[in-house]
Amino acid sequence: MSKGTTMLPATVHHEFKDKAPVLSVRHLAKRFGVGCDYCRDPHAKLERNICPVCGTVHAVRDISLEVHRGEILGIVGESGSGKSTLMQCLYFDQEPTAGDMRVAAYDGGKGNCFDLSRQQKRLIRDEIFGMVYQNPYLGLRMNFSSLSNIAEKQIAAGIRDVSSMVDRGRELLDRVNIPLRREQDPPRAFSGGMQQRVQIAKALSNRPPLLFLDEVTTGLDLSVQARVLDLILSLRRDLGVSMVVVSHDLGVIRLLADRTIVMLDGQVIEHGLTDQIMQDPQHAYTQELVYSLL
Amino acid sequence: MQRNYNFAFLDEGSKREIRRAILKAVAIPGYQVPFASREMPIGRGWGTGGLQVTLSCIGPDDVLKVIDQGSDASVNAVSIRSLVHETTGVETTTSTADATLIQSRHRIPERPLQREQLMVLQVPMPEPLRTYEARESVTRRLHAEAEYTGAYLELFEQIVRYGSTTTGADHPVMVQDRYVMAPSPIPRFDNPKLNDAENLFLFGAGREKKIYAVPPHTKVESLAFEDHPFVREDFEGKRCCICGATGVYMTQTIDPVTGKKAWQCSDTDYCAERLEEGGSDE
Repeated sequence: MSKGTTMLPATVHHEFKDKAPVLSVRHLAKRFGVGCDYCRDPHAKLERNICPVCGTVHAVRDISLEVHRGEILGIVGESGSGKSTLMQCLYFDQEPTAGDMRVAAYDGGKGNCFDLSRQQKRLIRDEIFGMVYQNPYLGLRMNFSSLSNIAEKQIAAGIRDVSSMVDRGRELLDRVNIPLRREQDPPRAFSGGMQQRVQIAKALSNRPPLLFLDEVTTGLDLSVQARVLDLILSLRRDLGVSMVVVSHDLGVIRLLADRTIVMLDGQVIEHGLTDQIMQDPQHAYTQELVYSLL
Repeated sequence: MQRNYNFAFLDEGSKREIRRAILKAVAIPGYQVPFASREMPIGRGWGTGGLQVTLSCIGPDDVLKVIDQGSDASVNAVSIRSLVHETTGVETTTSTADATLIQSRHRIPERPLQREQLMVLQVPMPEPLRTYEARESVTRRLHAEAEYTGAYLELFEQIVRYGSTTTGADHPVMVQDRYVMAPSPIPRFDNPKLNDAENLFLFGAGREKKIYAVPPHTKVESLAFEDHPFVREDFEGKRCCICGATGVYMTQTIDPVTGKKAWQCSDTDYCAERLEEGGSDE
């Protein structure tokens, strides 16, 4: 170990070209119920995520996270741990009880995006974020053709040129491996895996810098799962899209995520590099989770 | 005139409530104002909205014309006309020029309306976003936020499937750059007549309990895409087999003499007037 940087132990490389993260969330909380003096304390002891005094459900408690450019952040946890609620808060599907979200692509991360008007939130949803829901029925209009589904976000972003939207739709369908002869078919007529891929194409239509993927592979058979995961990795590689990937499947997280957050009962119990969490889980729940994988 | 009813059938309180809704509608062009649609002596969906608007606005000096798809003589038009006449005693006419109040189902007359004339249109489906979003609570919010992706998406879907928009009637319009509005099922041919008109248009949807308006000289644009502009129905090269008119909205018919396909003015009053004036010249 004389001199020169080559001799230092290899570190995991993150391409943080800019100092500011693409997405930064601070102290996000979502509770269902009014809460009481006891459970408003972020460190109060709850029965799982329910307040023993007033019965309020704390779905998400005081969560902070950052996503950098080209990075995939994994969120793992069991059913009911608050993963989807967290995602829906980030995508403005649900209104968080408290918290602060900065989006670099919107205003350089200056203001809290939760405080914006509904129009501005919608603009962020349509032009900066893309979302792929676990249930395609939430993300797609099942009676409209696939091309229209992909065009919806572009129309929302103010594009009024049919031919350019059709071209973009075809390009994306091709990218997600859906034959163009099915372009006029409504997603209703598609298999689950194809519906998921149409959702991904739709999410990508405005070239968003940030994608949210909520249990994208759940319910798909293994070969289709592999194809969807492949697609996601290629999107990151080719387009440099940042992603937040929610899954209860550690295999998916291990394959995709650079960094991982482990959630339990609405709280982050562990976070770090994915490899580190897999190799050396610290929290009892994470250990159980990792060992059950093997 | 039957005296066992109040003038114009509705009681004064009801008329006042409907007029208040109309005033609000005029103040916010294209905005759907909810109102307490009354039980009428005709079935819902048969023009109860238009009828309530007509009965609330009509005065003893008005001259009424009722049109059904361009015709003054169809059952619906005749029944509504005689109902209003029997409960008000006002004079009725079939002439567009003579009428001060015109209630219509799905057509705007060919002869341009004047400032003093009031046009009432019957509306079955006042919500242009309904097929895109079924929940009223959501469509109201979409209107509030001027979020009209859904209206354009409908048209986009038609273009993707059929190569052009396929709205036979009720092609959505943008009113004064603010509200997307269903113009009632008038043919696309009539949409431009709403723009910068001399007269006031009132729209009544009885079953859906909504009233909305396009005041005179309001900007009304039919929705379209840059590379798929709005087009009217094309009657190029066709002429009315009765009066010889061209450039008007026509319906297809069978010529009684030759037995061949022919075209005929949809607006029967316009056609009859041309005949009276001396007929089938250019």
